[in-house]
Amino acid sequence: MLTEFGKVLIFFILGAVFVAGGLIMSWLLRPHNPYPAKLSTYECGEEPIGQAWVRFNVRFYVLALVFLIFEVEIIFLFPWALVYRELGLFAFLEMAVFLFILWVGYAYVWVKGDLNWDKPEPKIPTLARPSLRQTSRPEPARI
Amino acid sequence: MGILNYKFENSNIVIASLDGLLNWARLSSLWQMQFGLACCAIEMMAASASNFDMMRFGVIPRATPRQCDVMIVSGTVTLKMATRIKRLFDQMPEPRYVISMGSCSNCGGPYWEHGYHVLKGVDRVIPVDVYVPGCPPRPEALLEGLIKLQEKVRQESLVKRTA
Amino acid sequence: MTPQEIHDNLKAKFGTAVADAKLDAIQPWIGIAPGRTLEVCQFLYTEIGFEFDFLSCLSGVDYNDGKLGVVYHLFSMTQKHKIVLKAICTKEQPHVQSVSQVWGTANWHEREAFDMFGIVFDGHPDLRRILCGDDYPGYPLRKDFKVPEFYNGMKVPY
Repeated sequence: MLTEFGKVLIFFILGAVFVAGGLIMSWLLRPHNPYPAKLSTYECGEEPIGQAWVRFNVRFYVLALVFLIFEVEIIFLFPWALVYRELGLFAFLEMAVFLFILWVGYAYVWVKGDLNWDKPEPKIPTLARPSLRQTSRPEPARI
Repeated sequence: MGILNYKFENSNIVIASLDGLLNWARLSSLWQMQFGLACCAIEMMAASASNFDMMRFGVIPRATPRQCDVMIVSGTVTLKMATRIKRLFDQMPEPRYVISMGSCSNCGGPYWEHGYHVLKGVDRVIPVDVYVPGCPPRPEALLEGLIKLQEKVRQESLVKRTA
Repeated sequence: MTPQEIHDNLKAKFGTAVADAKLDAIQPWIGIAPGRTLEVCQFLYTEIGFEFDFLSCLSGVDYNDGKLGVVYHLFSMTQKHKIVLKAICTKEQPHVQSVSQVWGTANWHEREAFDMFGIVFDGHPDLRRILCGDDYPGYPLRKDFKVPEFYNGMKVPY
C-alpha cells in the first residue's frame, strides 16, 4: 500500500512535527522582554572590548581543505562500487587512474609538510632580576 | 508575556493546568549561575557535593548567564564587583530569580559598620527573591532557601507579570 | 648577624640614608630615607653576609601626625636572620622609591600601599589601584578618610 519512500516520508513528517511543535510551544509560552542591557555581549560581567572574531592559525584551514578534497574522492567511490560488478576490468583501471592522480597530490601535500600539526611556540617570559648573587652557604650537592 | 497574554485576561481551566505544568517544569530544573564570591561559596560547593547534593533538585551549575534561571549570590559583594553583578543579572533571560546567600549579600554582614568598599546587601543593585541567613549558612540552609524559591515559583501565573 | 651589626654596617656604607633605629624593640627596626630605599635594599639583597632574599611583608602605615610610612619585613633564607626597615615620608610629599626591581613580590604589595594610603612609589613599573575600584575617591586606610556617600550610583554606608 505504501512504498518504502512513503514510510520514510511519514518518519520525516513526524520528526518535523515533533521539532516544530516544541519550538512553537516555547515561542508561545516564553516571556519576551528585550532591553539593551540584556542584549549586550557577555564578557564575564565587563564591558565588551574589541571584536568577537579573532585570528586563528592557518593550519585549521589547510587541514579542512585537504579533508574536503579526499571526502569528494570517497563520494565518487560509492557509486563506482555499486556498478563495479557489471563493468569489470575497465572500471578498475579507470578508477586506478583517478586514484593515482589524487595520490600524487597527497604525496605532494605530505612532503611539503602541510599535514604537520604545528602548535605555536609558547613564549616563556623572562624577568629582569639582579644578577645571580653568591651566598655564604655552599650549593647543596646534586645527586 | 508571550502571545497568550493578549487572549486570556483571567485564569481559566486551560491556563491553570498550563500554569501548573509550566511552573513544575521551571522549578524542577532551576539552573544556577555559579556566583561564588567568598566563604559562602565553599558552603555552596558543599551543597553541590555528594553529601547534600543540590543536583537532585535539578540545579546544575552553568557558567554563563544566558543559560541559567537562578543566580545564587554567595559571598561579600564589593563595590567593584557590584557593577558586574548588575550587568550579569541583566544578561540573564527571564524568568530569572536571585537567592542571596549569607550575611554579606543579605545586608553587608560583618562589614556593615566599617566596610568602605563593601556593598551593604546585594539587593541595592538587583532584586532578590530569597534571603538565606547565616555566616555562612549550612548547606541544609541553602537547600531550604532553594525549596522556598521553588514554592515561590509554584505560585506564579502565566497571565501575571513576573520580575 | 645581630641587628646592631646590620645597623652599623648600613650606617657605615650609606651614612645619611640610614636615619634612626630602635634595636631593643620586639622587632628591631632601622629607619631609612624614602628616596634611597632602592640602593639600600639592593645592597641588602646582594651582599654576602646579609643575603636578605625574602621580603616577608611590605605595608603602608599612617602615623597620625601627618606622616605616612612604609614598613619592610626582610628575612634571609641562608643566614636565617631578619630585620625591619621603615621609610617615613610626609602626607604632602608621599613619595618612596620602589623596590620592585629587587623582590618581585614588592610589585603588588606596593600597589596595595598605593591603593590604601596614596603612597606613590617612584620607579614602579605599573602603579595603579589593586583592590578598590579604579575610580574610588580617596585612600581608605588613612586616618582622615571619610566613606563616600554614593559610588557609581550605589549607596555605600549602611
